[in-house]
Amino acid sequence: MTEPVRTEPAIRETVYMDYSATTPCDPRVVQRMLPYFTQNFGNAASRSHQFGWTAEAAVDQARQEVAALLHAHEKEIIWTSGSTEANNLAIKGVAQMYRQKGNHMITAVTEHKAVLDTMKHLEGEGFQITWLPVDRKGHVDLEQLAAAITDQTILVSLMAANNETGTIHPLATIGALCKQKGVLFHTDATQATGKMELNVDTQHLDLVSLSAHKMYGPKGVGCLYVRRKNPRVRLTAQMDGGGHERGMRSGTLNVTGIIGMGEAARICRTEMATEIPHLAALRDRLQQRLLAGIPDAVVNGDEAARLPHLTNISFPYVEGESLIMGIKEIAVSSGSACTSASLEPSYVLKSLGLNDELAHSSIRFSLGRFTTTAEVDFAADRVIAEVLRLRAMSPLWEMVQDGIDLSQVKWTVH
Amino acid sequence: MTYSDKVLDHYQNPRNVGSLDKNAADVGTGVVGAPECGDVMKLQIKVGDDGRIVDAKFKTYGCGSAIASSSLATEWLKGTHVDQAAQIKNTQIVEELSLPPVKIHCSVLAEDAIKAAIEDWRKKQAGTPAAGSQVHA
Repeated sequence: MTEPVRTEPAIRETVYMDYSATTPCDPRVVQRMLPYFTQNFGNAASRSHQFGWTAEAAVDQARQEVAALLHAHEKEIIWTSGSTEANNLAIKGVAQMYRQKGNHMITAVTEHKAVLDTMKHLEGEGFQITWLPVDRKGHVDLEQLAAAITDQTILVSLMAANNETGTIHPLATIGALCKQKGVLFHTDATQATGKMELNVDTQHLDLVSLSAHKMYGPKGVGCLYVRRKNPRVRLTAQMDGGGHERGMRSGTLNVTGIIGMGEAARICRTEMATEIPHLAALRDRLQQRLLAGIPDAVVNGDEAARLPHLTNISFPYVEGESLIMGIKEIAVSSGSACTSASLEPSYVLKSLGLNDELAHSSIRFSLGRFTTTAEVDFAADRVIAEVLRLRAMSPLWEMVQDGIDLSQVKWTVH
Repeated sequence: MTYSDKVLDHYQNPRNVGSLDKNAADVGTGVVGAPECGDVMKLQIKVGDDGRIVDAKFKTYGCGSAIASSSLATEWLKGTHVDQAAQIKNTQIVEELSLPPVKIHCSVLAEDAIKAAIEDWRKKQAGTPAAGSQVHA
């Protein structure tokens, strides 16, 4: 017998503040999944016996739960392996299905790579892509978006909320514009699920990508919402085979994963009303402490329209990788991709107009269901201490204290 | 990224952090790198009448390996004659700190900072105003 599942993890050696990268499974999700690994292991596509019927019934219930989170109909949910696949299916599926209607699609430069690289792939196949810029807070200009739509436009793809800054796009406004212009609207809601209201009708969403592991479900499962009325959205399948999921996504269903995602969606839906203000309070506490303790720290994104659990802060005059190294007891993401071989700063932050130095020195703190006030206070104290320590050995900080304008300095660039 | 114990030690307990009087005749200052590249090193030496480096200080904006490279450089510089100091090679720093290939530029920067500091000191000794090696006068 395994150790009993805790409802709240004990304080760990490392404080986890990277919920936007992935979340732990909610213990309730795991409990719901477990019987489907062993007793109820059937293939949901087996129509000839009880094992299959049991699995199918559980999958259908999960479908209803995920649909309910979006105010959608269960038949509009197509299971996938995650958001990357859902984004690929939505964008490539629309591109191929509607190619006769037009060859133009619109997205923004701050989208996730799963959208950007899919669009780039299609650009290579002859599609015209409009890459909308964003302002300092991460918003697209809605007039620019409207002006970009032509009679050749078949799809607008804009994320619900940004993964690095948490900036929320005005979905209802964008959706209404697309509907009025007769253009399909896809939104990657991976980061937004359970953290803001999503409603396919009031927000006029035609395609929505979701991922289980960002909402306390398991990794390796997600779904695409595909509108079936007003208008009925059709997609060219990207995976051929047994014709599962109304022919849009063949492949034996990941039954345990899907059940986990269904339970995760149910918990999000029923607890959102209390969870959102709770997360926002913790996040605000963290942000206020950091800003109070560190002169010149800057919040990136739009504080007025932002996911409740996330804050992205630049700490000028210290370098991001050394800061991450110094706060190794806190699991966070850096705005510079130094963990890989490339030393490129975040393209999202650069799109907002941050210079390389500010982008390099930024950290994304993303809190979640199991974050405690004690963890927030610990993290704030550690980050403040480390930034101040690194500044004490930073020549940039020294120059600024001496009244030197860093932008006027002639650097020896390598 | 995993760091060697020596990098971690220099990062957590950096040696000789600080500043010397950049206007003093016996102090040489080198500032190399650029903020947009993610590294700026300021390295200073104070040289005695016999040409030996009596003190060395650094301040570095950069990753842990950059901090460690400059911290190590100041350790090596103290007590060394400037002529020997000018011979310090980045490969020695790479070896001492077990820097991975992606961090070799940190050692290059440290070597450049040493050379720039010595050059600045030599120019002061020759009686000509320093140029090029200092970013601010």
